[in-house]
Formats: sequence, structure tokens, C-alpha cells
Amino acid sequence: MATEQHRHNDRPLVLSTKNLRKVYMIEDLEAIALRDISLDIHEGEFVSIMGPSGSGKSTLLQILGCLERPTDGKYLLDGKDLEHYSDDELAHIRNKKIGFIFQAFNLLPRLSVIDNVKLPLIYANIYEPERTRIAREMVTMVGLGERENFPTVKLSGGQKQRVAIARALVNDPKVIFADEPTGSLDSKSGAVILAFLQELHEQGHTIVMVTHESYVAAAAERIIHIKDGLIESDEWVEHRHRVKETDTIK
Amino acid sequence: MRLWDTIRMAAIGLATHRSRSLLTILGIVIGIGAIIVVVALGESGKQLIVGEIQNMGPKNVFIVPGREPTDVGGAGSTLFTDSLRESDLKDLEEKANVPNAVSVTPIVFGNITSIFENESYMGLIMGSTPDLVRLFDLTLATGDFFPDESVRQKEEVVVIGKKVADELFPTQDPVGQKIKIKNKNYRVVGVLAQKGQGSFVNFDETVIAPYTIVQQYILGIKHFQRMVVEVDDEANIANASRDIETLLRNNHDIDDPTKDDFFIMTQDDIVERIGTVTNIMTILLSAVAAISLIVGGVGIMNIMLVSVMERTREIGLRKALGATNRDILQQFLSEAIILTFSGGVIGLIIGVAIGITISLLIKYMFGIAFTFIFPVGGAIAGLAVSTIVGFVFGIFPARKAAQKSPMEALRYE
Repeated sequence: MATEQHRHNDRPLVLSTKNLRKVYMIEDLEAIALRDISLDIHEGEFVSIMGPSGSGKSTLLQILGCLERPTDGKYLLDGKDLEHYSDDELAHIRNKKIGFIFQAFNLLPRLSVIDNVKLPLIYANIYEPERTRIAREMVTMVGLGERENFPTVKLSGGQKQRVAIARALVNDPKVIFADEPTGSLDSKSGAVILAFLQELHEQGHTIVMVTHESYVAAAAERIIHIKDGLIESDEWVEHRHRVKETDTIK
Repeated sequence: MRLWDTIRMAAIGLATHRSRSLLTILGIVIGIGAIIVVVALGESGKQLIVGEIQNMGPKNVFIVPGREPTDVGGAGSTLFTDSLRESDLKDLEEKANVPNAVSVTPIVFGNITSIFENESYMGLIMGSTPDLVRLFDLTLATGDFFPDESVRQKEEVVVIGKKVADELFPTQDPVGQKIKIKNKNYRVVGVLAQKGQGSFVNFDETVIAPYTIVQQYILGIKHFQRMVVEVDDEANIANASRDIETLLRNNHDIDDPTKDDFFIMTQDDIVERIGTVTNIMTILLSAVAAISLIVGGVGIMNIMLVSVMERTREIGLRKALGATNRDILQQFLSEAIILTFSGGVIGLIIGVAIGITISLLIKYMFGIAFTFIFPVGGAIAGLAVSTIVGFVFGIFPARKAAQKSPMEALRYE
């Protein structure tokens, strides 16, 4: 990794891993998901993690998102070593510092748009009327202000992912993790979501996105390729494609 | 997370599967409902007898026809036995037979409708003698109680309760008026002062007439439903009771005391007996209730386990968004407790409704002053127990939910 590639290395580190390793035990067989991953991500970066299925990219995102613990190696989030954190402390970190966007949206279908967005605030012990105020602000920001009381089951895929983005932002996280955010969407809605993520990046948010499609990855400014649990390449995108909402990604 | 948020989330979770939730709590509903019904009726029955005791007076010996009831509910059967006869009354009044007796008062009763002009009143008719005034400490608002002479002459005279008077004679003085009972006219000679509900009989709602005329023209019977022997001194109650028993057994040709067709009640007897009966009933009921609630609880646990499996993804998502193990545990435990507690509330409502219906049926079919008594203790215990059942049978599924790893839960399809 050449130093000149770190265009943001004057900014504080958000994520930092050193010799990260993850081994799953499936029955009696060891399955190595991550061999040795060391990477730094600074504040304000928009990073894509790419790789074929089975490369370990999802595992890496899960560890970075504090959903899993590494078998070995160090992981610092916002300057804090998470190795000895308890389950509840990790839950607290996920709540305060991390926003998730999933491929399958993962909304609670019976709840309204605004109630879905409120969920992280409930676990953050933020109470009414502040809770509604913040959630409403986010729902309006993703353009669903008029539908805030709709049950999410009635929304289109693109709208659902916008609700998920609002939910990811509602606790003002340090970093947003997006796991194949366009994977369940048609190309048009996919373009809207990518444009949205780029806009968030321009506003200063740190975004880490996992995808296996290069045209989706190209929306970021830095692409990390993973293969067989190792970083294969880590490059800055020279001519970054600015996705417009009217684009249709292939 | 605040309690209110936990409860709200749990309620949403339950509302998602409304019909399943309702079916799940059926066991608890039936269990608690059954307890409430039996406790309430037991309490009412006990109150009925306690009321009778309070009306008895310490110097009075009550003779009741039929076999001595072995449980509280059996009291009703004594109304249908015709073993106490006029001859028994005559013999009891013989000074030589029961030396300690001061007076012997027969009582008959039943339900009738009294009519005056366009007004009618349905209530209790009681046939007795003027001794009733002393036995039950009655006072008259206007007029006089009919004399012994009226009993001997079978005169068509009545003394009416306060409420009867108010209903039949809203504007005029009842004394001297004639009311119609079973197509026969009876002259009102007196009105009782208001007395209120004394559980055995509410005298306010009662028409009192000479027992001779009530037997012959109103009820068409020749027996008595009660006889009250007043004893000269409390110390002689046991003696008098023994004399009465000997006399009645002799009159009824009974050699074996277990075949008695009457029994004797004194204040002390009953107070003691009620205590025993209530205790036995409470123990039996608790056992039955415990079984039905355990069965209901296992049903709840079963459904909660299914629910936790089905909602693995939801649990994972909540954890990814920052829910701690404790938050998840509380949510699922709340669901179980809300289920069982609402089961308890529904059971309580249904139990009370059934209890009131049965009480009214008993009151109007048998003419006993059987009033529904809300079982405060039973209700509190029922709700407490249903909450505990939710906790006990909800904790295992809730723990299972809390222990799911966020990643495992999100991966689950």
C-alpha cells in the first residue's frame, strides 16, 4: 500500500485492522474465511470491498460491523480496541457508531416507516418527543416524509432501502456499512440508492460497501479487492463515476 | 430502554399474530375463569350461611329439614325436604319434651307476586308467627305485627317490607289496604322499618303472613322449611339440642342418627364448620387451578418457542441496531407475561359474568338470598398467578431469543 494512495490520511482513522483472521468451525472442519487482513479507513472515505462469493468480504464486513468477533488480530473502531468488549458493549457500539444497510432491507414489515427509523433511537434510550423529531427529519431527508405512517410492507424496494438508509443515519453513526445495497433492487432504484450513498459521502459520511459487481463498486472512491481471505488490491478510483439518479445501472 | 417501549414492542409482536395469541391464552382464560367462578360462588355460599348465623342469635336453635349438608353448595337441597311437620311443632311446644325451650317458631317461605291495583311486586313470602319480630329483631314503621290469634284463625293479613310498600303503594299509606296474592286478598296490617340486606332474608323485600295461611293457600305445603327454638339460656343450648334431636328422631321413627332427616344448627356449630369447609375447598381448588395453569403455561412456552424461531431474523436485526441481550429478553418475556396476564383478565371477566349469572339463577329459582360476591382475594391471586405463569414459562423462550448471535439471526432465512 503506497502512502500516496491515502488521500485522507490527514484525517482521523475510523477503522483500523491488523492481521485480522477469522476461522469458522463447521462440524470438525476448519473453514478459513479471513487469513490476514490489515487495513485502515479514515474519516470521510467511501470504500468498496469487492470479491467473488466465498472471498471473505461478507465476513470482513460482519467483523467491521461488530456483528462477529475475529478469531485473531486487532480491530480498532474510532480508536478503541474492541477485543475485550462484552456482547452488550458491542451492541452499544453498533447502536451509536454504526449504521447498517442490508441487501434484504431488513425492515420490520408491520411497523410504519417512521417506527422502523425509530428503532435504533429506542435502543439508544432517546425518548419522545425527541425520538419522533429526529426520525422524522431522517425520513424527510430520504424523501419519504409523506409516507411516514405507511407500513413498510406496502413500499417498493427502492423506498424500503431509503427507509433503511434513514434508519442507518438516525443515530448519527461514525461509519455506514452497506452489504450489497443494490442487490435486491432493479437497476433504476439501484442507481437512486448509489446516488444517495455518494451524496452522503459528499456530506462527509464514512461508507464501507460490500459488492461483487464492479459498476456498483465504482461508485466509491477506493476499491479493496479481497480473494481467499486476503487483500488482493487496494486502489483509489482515478475517474470516479458520479451516479445520477436518472442512471440505470446495468 | 424504558418499560413502556418494551411493552409497546411486545404488544405489536403479539398483535401481528392475533388469532394465535388468543388461542394460546385459552388455557389460562379457562383456568382463571374456573377459579373465579368457584371462589365467588363458594364465597357467596359461605356468606349466605354466615348471614344465617348472624340472624340466628346465640340463644336460638335452628331446625332444618333434610340431611346435614356436607359442603356449602348443598344448602339448597334443604329447601325441598318435607320432614318437619305440624306434629313436630306441637310436640316441641310441650314443655315436658324440651324443658329449656322458651318458644318454637315455624318458618315457611317461597316466591310470590303481590298485586295492588296496577302495581305488582315479585319477592319473598314468609309465613311465621309473631315470634319472628323478636327472633329477627324487626321493628315496624307503621301499623302492627299480626297477633298469634291471626295465626290460629288463618286470617288473611300481611306485614310488608319497606321496599314492597314503596313499590306497591307509591302514594298512599299501605296499612288497611288489601293486596292480592294468588287470587286472594290480604289486608296489610303493618309495614316494617327499613332493615337492609341480612343475607338470609332481605326483610325489605319480604311479605310476612301467618304461616298457617301461607302453607294452605300460597305455597300449598304442609311442612316447615325452618323451625327456630328459643332457649332460655345460652348455657342450655346443648341440652336443648339433645332434647330436640331425641324428640324428632322419635317422631320420625329414626334409630340411626346417620339417617336423620333434619339437622340442628346453632351459631357455634356453623362458625366452626364453615371454617373447615372453606379450608378444604381452598386446597382442592388450588390443586385444580395449579394443574390447569401449568397446562396453560406449557402451551404458552410452546408457542413462544415457535415464535422465537420464526422471528430469528427480527431478533438479529434488533441486535444489529443495538438491542442488548437484555432488551431482547425483556421483549419476549413481556410478550409472554402480557399473554398470560390478559388471559387472566379475560378469565376474570368471564368468571365474574358466569358467577353473576349462576347467582341470579339460584336466587330466582330457589328463592334464596344468594348474592354474587366479587372475590377480591381470588381476583388478585388469579391475576398474580397468571403473571407468574407468564414469567415462569416465558423465561426459557426469552433466554433462547436473547442468546441468538446477531449474525446468525440475520443469516437465517
